[in-house]
Amino acid sequence: VKLVIAIVRPEKANDVLEALYRAEVRGVSISRVQGHGGELDRVETYRGSTVKMGLADKVRFEIAISDSFVQPTIEALREGARTGEVGDGKIFVLPLERVVRIRTGETDNRAVTPVRK
Amino acid sequence: MSDLAGAQIGAVNAGDTAWMLIATALVLLMTPALGLFYAGLVRSKNTLNTFMMCVGAIAVAAVAWALLGYSLAFDGSGSLIGGLGNVALHGVGFAPRPGTTIPALLFMAFQATFCIVTIALVSGAVVERMRFGAFLVFAALWSVLVYAVLAHWAFGGGWLASNGTLDFAGGVPVEMGSGFSALAAALVVGARKDYGRQALIPHNAVYVLLGAGLLWFGWFGFNGGSGFSTGHSSVLAFVNTLLTPACTLVVWFVLDLIRGRRVTAIGAATAIIVGCVAITPAAGFISPGWAMALGALAALPSYGTIVYRTRTRVDETLDVLAAHGVAGFFGILFIGFAAQATWNGVSDGLLYGNPAQLGDQALAALAAPAYAFGATFLLLKLVGRLMPLRATEHEEAMGMDVIQHGEEAYATGEGAILVLPEAGDRAGVMVADPG
Repeated sequence: VKLVIAIVRPEKANDVLEALYRAEVRGVSISRVQGHGGELDRVETYRGSTVKMGLADKVRFEIAISDSFVQPTIEALREGARTGEVGDGKIFVLPLERVVRIRTGETDNRAVTPVRK
Repeated sequence: MSDLAGAQIGAVNAGDTAWMLIATALVLLMTPALGLFYAGLVRSKNTLNTFMMCVGAIAVAAVAWALLGYSLAFDGSGSLIGGLGNVALHGVGFAPRPGTTIPALLFMAFQATFCIVTIALVSGAVVERMRFGAFLVFAALWSVLVYAVLAHWAFGGGWLASNGTLDFAGGVPVEMGSGFSALAAALVVGARKDYGRQALIPHNAVYVLLGAGLLWFGWFGFNGGSGFSTGHSSVLAFVNTLLTPACTLVVWFVLDLIRGRRVTAIGAATAIIVGCVAITPAAGFISPGWAMALGALAALPSYGTIVYRTRTRVDETLDVLAAHGVAGFFGILFIGFAAQATWNGVSDGLLYGNPAQLGDQALAALAAPAYAFGATFLLLKLVGRLMPLRATEHEEAMGMDVIQHGEEAYATGEGAILVLPEAGDRAGVMVADPG
């Protein structure tokens, strides 16, 4: 079982969700974060003060999946999030020690397998 | 549009002037109120740009009006267009505007606020993708070539007014003028890139409700001031401005309940606008009872238009056509049925034995939309030849606030670095206090 963390552009978040859905990845958490990834700083001006915005808005996806899903998930994330400009984001894949589904107590692979209706 | 009840021709009346000074300020408030209303309806990354289109409308339309628009609308009684006698406010002073008891200068300012809010209304069709500079150029030209012409037809002694069309506070130039121009603008500028693909939902419904409330407040000056006096028709218009939107709200609630089993806040805000628009042309011409009926009935075509429009490919983003064009059309026609000389001292409608009035109203209901749509379509095509009308897809994705204005509506300040002007980029940068 792996945890995939992806940091993407907020304007691409919907495209990523669509791509993940097509890849049959169903369990996703997202949060709005701010970060810096080497892209050019945005310059803004407020009442005469010029400000360099060192942090850009990003959206962070957290996805726990069984090993066989890792590659399709990465492909879906890249497909949805890529614009080709600096600042498209990163994907991190981490090993997970243990996963527990709270409702049933199922663990690991069974816990990250979507419930069949 | 004309109430001389008890006033002496040729003299300025202090009471009338006092009310019109206040009414002018009330109508000006409607434009930032509209900015708030529109800003709440768009996505958060376009908040400032949307609001700024309304602020920009104040800038360019007020200047264009003083320089040229007022003269074309209100100098002389040419059939299609006024004269150039009042260009750059030449001859506009403290003497009463003929037909009123207020100074011509105040009359000019009151009418200016109408021109401003009307072009601000049109911006609702093109928010979230039209470039700010292109909008300002369009707004300046539009306020002269479209608004001033329609205002002349309806208010300035043009062919509709001399033909007998009744339009108390701007069903022709303001409501149908903005609504049908908005449709043309949406068609020329084109849909937002995500329209029809993603759910594009309002980012702050509280702004929308507050904006609608402030618009309603300003509308008391808009309708109540369009009698240019404190006389009977002004009182009637003022009170009808309370009654009609209230009835529209009630019916809108019912329609929302039938359609979605819930009464919605955005729907309520829309209903307030629709009611205010519907009573605008009719405010000083129909009885309070008919005004309430008008409010109830006017909800139906506008509600239907909104439901239908969102199923089409036409991204007339904030439904200016439904709220203003359709409701204004409805209100203009309604005068033809329900006008009562016993209330307005001017003319009866069909229901009171004067079917000819309905014909005069129908003429305006055909001519104004046709001119507004056609002229706006051509004007925007022309402006589009001179400069790009819309932002690129990438800019649209980033949001118009950062791209067009270099500001954010909801900047957190985290990670913001102050660039000290004298030190330049090399040294002297310090981290801003996020608080």
